Amino acid sequence: MAELAVRNLRESILRNSLTTVGISVGVASLVAMLSLGIGLQQLAGRRLQKSGLFDTVVVTSRRDLRGFNREQEENGPSPAESPSLTEDARQKIAQLPNVLEAYPDIRFITEVRYEDKPHLTMMAGLPFSAKNNDAFDGMQGTFFSSETATEVILQKSFAAQLLGKTPKAGGEEASVTELAKPLLGKQLTMRYAERTATPEPESKKEAPADSELANSTGAAYSVVSREAALKIVGVCDLDPDSMRGQARARVFLPLKLAQSLHVMQPSDLRDTTNMTNGTPAYTTVEVHVKSPTQVQPVEDAIKKMGFNTFSIVDATRSLRQFFAVLDLFLGIFGSLALAVASIGIINTLVMAILERRREIGIMKAIGASDSDVKGLFFAEAGVMGVFGGFVGVALGWAIGRVINLGTNVYLKRQHFPPEQIWFVPWWLVLGAIGFAIVVSLLSGLYPASRAARLDPVQALRYE
Amino acid sequence: MPIGESSRQNSIAIRTENLCRHYSMGETVIRAVDGISVQVASGEFVALLGTSGSGKSSLLNLIAGLDRPTAGSVIVQNNDLAKLSREELAKYRLHTVGMVFQSFNLIPSMSLLENVELPLRFAEVDRNKRDGLARQALNRVGLSARSRHRPTELSGGEQQRASLARALINQPQFLLADEPTGNLDSQTGTEIMNFIREFNQGLGMTIIMVTHERALAERYANRMIFLADGKLVGDQSNIVPAGARGVTS
Repeated sequence: MAELAVRNLRESILRNSLTTVGISVGVASLVAMLSLGIGLQQLAGRRLQKSGLFDTVVVTSRRDLRGFNREQEENGPSPAESPSLTEDARQKIAQLPNVLEAYPDIRFITEVRYEDKPHLTMMAGLPFSAKNNDAFDGMQGTFFSSETATEVILQKSFAAQLLGKTPKAGGEEASVTELAKPLLGKQLTMRYAERTATPEPESKKEAPADSELANSTGAAYSVVSREAALKIVGVCDLDPDSMRGQARARVFLPLKLAQSLHVMQPSDLRDTTNMTNGTPAYTTVEVHVKSPTQVQPVEDAIKKMGFNTFSIVDATRSLRQFFAVLDLFLGIFGSLALAVASIGIINTLVMAILERRREIGIMKAIGASDSDVKGLFFAEAGVMGVFGGFVGVALGWAIGRVINLGTNVYLKRQHFPPEQIWFVPWWLVLGAIGFAIVVSLLSGLYPASRAARLDPVQALRYE
Repeated sequence: MPIGESSRQNSIAIRTENLCRHYSMGETVIRAVDGISVQVASGEFVALLGTSGSGKSSLLNLIAGLDRPTAGSVIVQNNDLAKLSREELAKYRLHTVGMVFQSFNLIPSMSLLENVELPLRFAEVDRNKRDGLARQALNRVGLSARSRHRPTELSGGEQQRASLARALINQPQFLLADEPTGNLDSQTGTEIMNFIREFNQGLGMTIIMVTHERALAERYANRMIFLADGKLVGDQSNIVPAGARGVTS
């Protein structure tokens, strides 16, 4: 029957081609809309995933009294009885299932000198794994050469500050390339406060043995002012530390180096009263989880250890919801075009019945049953659907590609890196073709049953 | 050969009982077929004669299962066509009767081969068998050289021969012909009639042919049924003149 249908379609090739083009355009708009929706969703997802927002749990000690939500503080042990975020605790967290790494957050405000001019800034240790963070996509220069290299990466705005180029209000920002050129390879001198262990004072030994103080003797330390020379290896465009808000750093150094410098941390002072041994406690530990879906169980496990946690998974849920709604709307608009196309099919086939009245009459006279005739028209609708579906998917793919290309040209002009905002998954290809066929067959239902009901005597009478 | 004929005329192939087909045109009722009871024996060559509007084509359509009677019945091989479902009626048209029309009724978009093959498609004959059978049928009517041509590229006589091939393809018992020579000149008309007679005598098919040419009926048919205003007005057996054979070629 399909064979017969194809040859019938070939007979009035223009009309049937136009109808098929109608279906194609419908399918194409559906594919283009949905592929853009999916592409945007993936883009956002990729960005968030790369930025580490999705798979990161931020751990703080309850002792900080600055938990991220009140519920945690009310339900957990009292801050005074909860543990400090010590190196031991960090190692325990790192050994939890599905945890990739747990590293301390080391940041401090300090003074750096560049060409003998002092600048005050926030510095932060950056784990080596941050290399893949997409904040470094547009970076000039290189990432740290090793985990303990005495090197720094500057954020663009700080680079501008070092060069004395403050952006004019409303004026265009200087590009990273421009800023990086004079700075790469130069030296920064950093001044910082080093925490060094001091020998136990004699007086402590005589302190009452029952008090906690007896155990916290190791907390004593002295602070020494130091200087370190650091080489500028990179200037990055985006902000790798954007999650930090006010506390975000402008200068980054390798985390291992930062740890080895023993820079005074704000929490050190407070923990002086609680130290159980000589190891320092961290203000914050960042935990990277294998995949965003593992965030919740890891978070729960860490909470059980008596720490406060924070992750952005809740925020992503509404983001995903937003994209689901966006896809739905794009899909509806795409389907509208297909609905118009289906009216085209109905029209074409009804016209074909009028035109082929006699042919239908002949077929019935020589023994075609109602279902034969119905099947023939149905097959014609189906064949148009198949062709329309395939051509439409190709067309939609092309449209998506062109939009993607255009967007990238625009992005390039705005000095943004190119992005893939369009993505055609396999299920969309197959789904769109299937949808086109289903819509075509549904459109063929009425014409086909009308053709089948035709009275052969009537059809053959008029000549 | 009329003797040989008579031996085959024993069993009744088609029987109509008080057959009626009325059409209503607004207020008036047109009685196209009005109470016809007739029997056709197997192997007979029957001519239905009458003026236009006498109901001969309507009667043929009822026998062909293309139309349903308003009243009465058409009984073919003990089956009342009026009681068959649409699907069963289609099967009857496909396997039991072959039809030939005045205007040939070939499908213009298809080649002769495809036209002849069409009933085989409906009969769900295997694709690889269809081609051979269709060629064989075209060969029988002397059109094997024209199998790839479209109907419009052929003469009227050739088209009618192709439609004869199509009517025969499913090896039906009855050939129903509605003015088969009406659109042809007398020379090609004779050619077609000789084929039909060959089907009757050679293949033993029962033929019912509608015509308004009495001379044609007298020359080929062995029975003439006369209709007027939807009623049977005459039924006479006809000894086919032996000379008619000589007219062939």
